[in-house]
Amino acid sequence: MAVIIQGIGTVTALNSTNSLDTNKTLFANSRRSLSDRKGRFFMVRSDGCLSYGLNGHGGRAEKLITNAVAAKEDTAAAYTSSKPGHELLLFEALREGLEEEMDRDPTVCVMGEDVGHYGGSYKVTKGLAPKYGDLRVLDTPIAENSFTGMGIGAAMTGLRPVVEGMNMGFLLLAFNQISNNCGMLHYTSGGQFKIPIVIRGPGGVGRQLGAEHSQRLESYFQSIPGIQMVACSTPYNAKGLMKAAIRSDNPVILFEHVLLYNLKERIPDEEYVLNLEEAEMVRPGEHVTILTYSRMRYHVMQAAKTLVNKGYDPEVIDIRSLKPFDLYTIRNSVKKTHRVLIVEECMRTGGIGASLTAAITENFHDYLDAPIVCLSSQDVPTPYAGTLENWTVVQPPQIVTAVEQLCQ
Amino acid sequence: MALSTNRTVNQLLKPLTAAISATRCLSSDSTSIITVESSLPFTSHKIDPPSRAVETSPNELMTFFKDMAEMRRMEIAADSLYKAKLIRGFCHLYDGQEAVAVGMEAAITKKDCIITAYRDHCIYLARGGGLYESFAELMGRKDGCSKGKGGSMHFYKKESGFYGGHGIVGAQVPLGLNMAALWDLPAILVCENNHYGMGTAEWRAAKSPAYYKRGDYVPGLKVDGMDALAVKQACKFAKEHALKNGPIILEMDTYRYHGHSMSDPGSTYRTRDEISGVRQERDPIERIRKLILAHDVATEKELKDIEKEKRKVVDEAIAKAKESPMPDPSDLFTNVYVKGFGVEVFGPDRKEVRATLP
Repeated sequence: MAVIIQGIGTVTALNSTNSLDTNKTLFANSRRSLSDRKGRFFMVRSDGCLSYGLNGHGGRAEKLITNAVAAKEDTAAAYTSSKPGHELLLFEALREGLEEEMDRDPTVCVMGEDVGHYGGSYKVTKGLAPKYGDLRVLDTPIAENSFTGMGIGAAMTGLRPVVEGMNMGFLLLAFNQISNNCGMLHYTSGGQFKIPIVIRGPGGVGRQLGAEHSQRLESYFQSIPGIQMVACSTPYNAKGLMKAAIRSDNPVILFEHVLLYNLKERIPDEEYVLNLEEAEMVRPGEHVTILTYSRMRYHVMQAAKTLVNKGYDPEVIDIRSLKPFDLYTIRNSVKKTHRVLIVEECMRTGGIGASLTAAITENFHDYLDAPIVCLSSQDVPTPYAGTLENWTVVQPPQIVTAVEQLCQ
Repeated sequence: MALSTNRTVNQLLKPLTAAISATRCLSSDSTSIITVESSLPFTSHKIDPPSRAVETSPNELMTFFKDMAEMRRMEIAADSLYKAKLIRGFCHLYDGQEAVAVGMEAAITKKDCIITAYRDHCIYLARGGGLYESFAELMGRKDGCSKGKGGSMHFYKKESGFYGGHGIVGAQVPLGLNMAALWDLPAILVCENNHYGMGTAEWRAAKSPAYYKRGDYVPGLKVDGMDALAVKQACKFAKEHALKNGPIILEMDTYRYHGHSMSDPGSTYRTRDEISGVRQERDPIERIRKLILAHDVATEKELKDIEKEKRKVVDEAIAKAKESPMPDPSDLFTNVYVKGFGVEVFGPDRKEVRATLP
């Protein structure tokens, strides 16, 4: 399987017979994209290869568990790093990432409703206010437009704020700030101001929260030029993406999911940062490429179990980066399997899946043997009733059926 | 009304100052203090207003005059450029309101930050921006202050603490005021009240147009915004207050001669008599001119020469800006992200690589 490395402005596709030397130089290249990092950390490639330190000890890649389904027992690749790591829940992983960044850089601060004394409505910022003080972990009044604007102003003057929306739906009130100021200020000021802000919050369907509290704003934010969007799905990538988002000089929106906060996983003790623009190979396969993100990853993996029993070999990729899409990983997968299924929680109309379908069709049309199938949520406000709510989102049986139809 | 007050002041002070100003030359470095009374008393809300007596100097008066003349010339020139279709889109002109910009600058330093809405050309100039950069930006050239990508409503100057230049505004003051008051932030909220929200008069849009009182628990001051010295006094007072006690609202009672923007003639919702009346009685540049003449800081001819010179400077800047190059097509994709990522940026058809970001 080919390994794709995103170097600085250069895209080099390696074939599977890597030479030690090529690995060294290319890893060194990719290191510079996260420049001036302190030495002791490693970058994780999408297929799980580790690359150590700045000197790059050749191509000694070790397999790391990149797929984490809480229910699934993964005995395939044993975790082999210098230390066994520690187990924690996803919201704790987010907090760990946040805390490490706040320790490392005094300009990182948090603001949002109930993040300070209350500890965060989903406990992501618990314990941070007593440790860093009320000003660095700031409780704001209930005015998303203003505290997002305040965060952007803080970013313009040199801080690195993390703005928490208690629920993604509330950020609609801050849409003006996110679109006009967050996204555009770097451009309209001719590069004078940078906005290294992270806007994060939980969204998604589950828990019967009703229509307004179950929104998926990826589709609304995706066309704002100037911002980056990432979606985390496991404790491992939650921590890595949180750290990468804070270190990035661009405004990043980090999408979390209400139902995933209690996922448990073992993550490394060492410091690690993930690449913001990279997709994650969850399960390599041969027959069909399934692209997914956030909570749908787990529905897909559940469907994958059924599919494997039926004799199919799906390749599952967690795209993670919603803007921009990691078209390199996707391209390699499409080249191999020639069939694409997109499973997402966004709405059918104008969602991430719609954009992804367009992007893949435009770029990789020649590689496709069948039209792209996109399974998304229904175009309805999320109902309160439990059964109806389940039918709004894509369920594993539907994924299985879609793959079977696609692979005929 | 304003005229007579000035005259009275002149009668009182003329004998005193005549003795001081022996030589009357433009480059007079005399920092003798001239005390002028502001045209109107300050009205205040929940605070004691500052005194009406403003201290100024010949230097300062001349600076005010020069700066305001330059701003006025720039805005009028922008008007003609817009009509000649060299400036496109939206162009919101500031003429008539110059006293607010210069008065404010006189009271604060470049370390204090200013953020404003779309009527930002003159604030940019007051913050140290250049005429050439302004015109180049208005005409969309590469040498503009935002590299031609911002336009009229997006002037920024990071080194001087000018944070723009913003197009979309609305309802931000009450929320910002709440937070500023909650955390005792040293913020001064200046309302340039030119009495019209585009075409809607203030009494049709606000239940209480006494904006300086609208802060409720936040003190406020109403200032004659056409009097640069009153603006300066109010801003100095406000800065002292804000640094000690938290936010304060300044309502500048000012007027804009042009319409809201170039697409608004400005005469459908107000009479020409009203506009010319204000221009005759309250024009900020005229007021400073009268003060200068009354205190013998400069002669009529010298002032006219300054205005001519400013006209020339502005014309030169325009000529130079007209010659300057348009941005490269590749500039379309620069500065979207800071230090992009390790990925190429594709053109809209996603086939052609337009830029390789570092």
